[in-house]
Amino acid sequence: MALEKITSVSGRAVFVPGADIDTDRIIPARFMKCVTFDGLGEFAFYDVRFDPNTGEKTNHPLNDSRFDGATILLAGVNFGCGSSREHAPQSLSKYGFKAVVAESFAEIFFGNSTGLAMPCVCLTAAEIDQLRQAVEADPSVEITLDMANKRVRSSTGLDFGFNMPESARDALVAGRWDPIQELLDREPQIADLAKALHYV
Amino acid sequence: MGKSLYQKVWDAHTVGKLADGRTQLFIGTHLIHEVTSPQAFGMLRDLGLTVKYPQRTFATVDHIVPTENQDQPVDPLAAEMMSALRDNCDDFGVTYFDLKSGKQGIVHVVGPEQGITQPGTTIACGDSHTATHGAFGAIAFGIGTTQVRDVLATQTLAMEPLKVRRIEVTGQLRPGVYAKDVTLHIIRILGAKGGIGYAYEYAGNVFDDMSMEERMTVCNMAIEGGARCGYVNPDAKTIAYLQGRPYVDMSDFDTTAARWLSFASDSDAHYDDVVKIDAADIEPTVTWGISPDHGIAISETIPDPAKASTALEKASIDEALAYMKLPAGAPIKGQKIDVAFIGSCTNGRLSDFREVAKYIQGHKVAAGVKAIAVPGSQIVAHQCEQEGIDKIFSAAGFEWRGAGCSMCLAMNPDKLVGDQLCASSSNRNFKGRQGSPTGRTVLMSPVMVAAAAIAGSIADARELFELEPQAAVA
Repeated sequence: MALEKITSVSGRAVFVPGADIDTDRIIPARFMKCVTFDGLGEFAFYDVRFDPNTGEKTNHPLNDSRFDGATILLAGVNFGCGSSREHAPQSLSKYGFKAVVAESFAEIFFGNSTGLAMPCVCLTAAEIDQLRQAVEADPSVEITLDMANKRVRSSTGLDFGFNMPESARDALVAGRWDPIQELLDREPQIADLAKALHYV
Repeated sequence: MGKSLYQKVWDAHTVGKLADGRTQLFIGTHLIHEVTSPQAFGMLRDLGLTVKYPQRTFATVDHIVPTENQDQPVDPLAAEMMSALRDNCDDFGVTYFDLKSGKQGIVHVVGPEQGITQPGTTIACGDSHTATHGAFGAIAFGIGTTQVRDVLATQTLAMEPLKVRRIEVTGQLRPGVYAKDVTLHIIRILGAKGGIGYAYEYAGNVFDDMSMEERMTVCNMAIEGGARCGYVNPDAKTIAYLQGRPYVDMSDFDTTAARWLSFASDSDAHYDDVVKIDAADIEPTVTWGISPDHGIAISETIPDPAKASTALEKASIDEALAYMKLPAGAPIKGQKIDVAFIGSCTNGRLSDFREVAKYIQGHKVAAGVKAIAVPGSQIVAHQCEQEGIDKIFSAAGFEWRGAGCSMCLAMNPDKLVGDQLCASSSNRNFKGRQGSPTGRTVLMSPVMVAAAAIAGSIADARELFELEPQAAVA
């Protein structure tokens, strides 16, 4: 089961403002009444993209046609906090995002995203603000995550080193972001440990 | 140097290192529910895999269960999710505490109740409030659905170890200050993101003195402070709680108990950080905004953006107050409420309902307030009904419901409407969390919810109920 090696991600970007964007915001719970993840893309950020009273589109960045087709999400601190729902990164991925750049991530969201081959990398607030200014001035600006060299670059010449736990970066770059086969391979060791532990 | 409980449990459950440097961690106990498991079983089938250790996975149904008529999901999607769980458990031989079992309830209430939650173990569940089980000295954390697949298929996960922050709360809690206030206060001080990268060890005489149910309330909200798991070291109370429960092996209980206690942190354990809090500084705490770290004491005023020290802080207050429609600088006390909710995996246990029942007799829920009381499990409901607690709630004007997650989140018929403001004993005040995209949540302890329900506005329970010093926590 060969997995894609995520060595570089490039695309146009959109900035979604706010700290502590929780996974209820990313995918409201009522859209989790489903037994597959198919179709979640259209509900990403639903309650902030559509006015709850009128159903009209709000001025949310994802409704701004200048950013249509953006594949890199720029965000603030503690992105993806709250519920562990994988529906959140699934909805972003199915919406079309290939990577998230933020100041920091909640851990469960981070792990869920890595498992979907969607890198989450950290820059400082000032660096993200420079990227925001670049894409808001010209939405055609291309942002590239160079996973091998741990850099985020823009076609306008910005170039920043990013932070990311090394194991997650390795998993993406080496094409082992889905660990299932490796976990399965240790079956004998798992069985030995299970026997040694005192569980009922 | 000694080890913390976190390190001991981690070491005992390590299978080995993966190629990317992560640890393959054995998961002793796996809990599942209807919302985050169906896709995992689907992935398992797609890969031609099976559930490797079915005796280590336990299922119940909680998120989508209606609380008025539990067995009548009002919409076909909810019914489909419930039947998918039934089929998956049947197909793979997983124990399922279903609606007919008399043991159904919120997964984080059921685990401890059944004695499935035990010290020194690893517990995973596709739900962030799995941190609750840390009250027993377990390392318990929420996982995504793909990881649910990993646990089903291998009973292991690829994990990075956390750092450990010891949070010591010492001294005397004041009357009317509950476990909920302690946990909201900690989150207020350390922030909603303060715990990223950490497990929280809750220590000090305040946690020692708490009941197991109070410890569960505290650990439940570790995740709201950004910590993926939180725990209290096991002690005699932990042992006493578990003794005789259905899934506890009583054949050589003394040995079992000694083994459990051996997981407690060593006195010379290494901590990456230590935070000390004086219990006397904690007041009944309520939230005013849209993040669990937007907390203030009931005697304080709603933050004023004009007084913010940074532009970022000002923007954050502006956004929160615009959503909450609360006046900057005004007292939080006296703000009108529409709905009162007592329940959830944070505060839906027997002791929560007992405590409220002590004070609401002779009072009535204010006109125009919808108040619901939702036991965390069928067993909690049954115990309350045996003690007549349901009658006390009903007489005071609360609707007494069946067990489920109810109005903590918006996956069942219990939802806010429009911009209703809810005094809630649950754990999250996120925008839209309680089912209406404009609904507003103010988090607080169950006794404070009861006071708000009766006053019709956010109230100080100490004044309304003339609270005496609490024996259990004092």
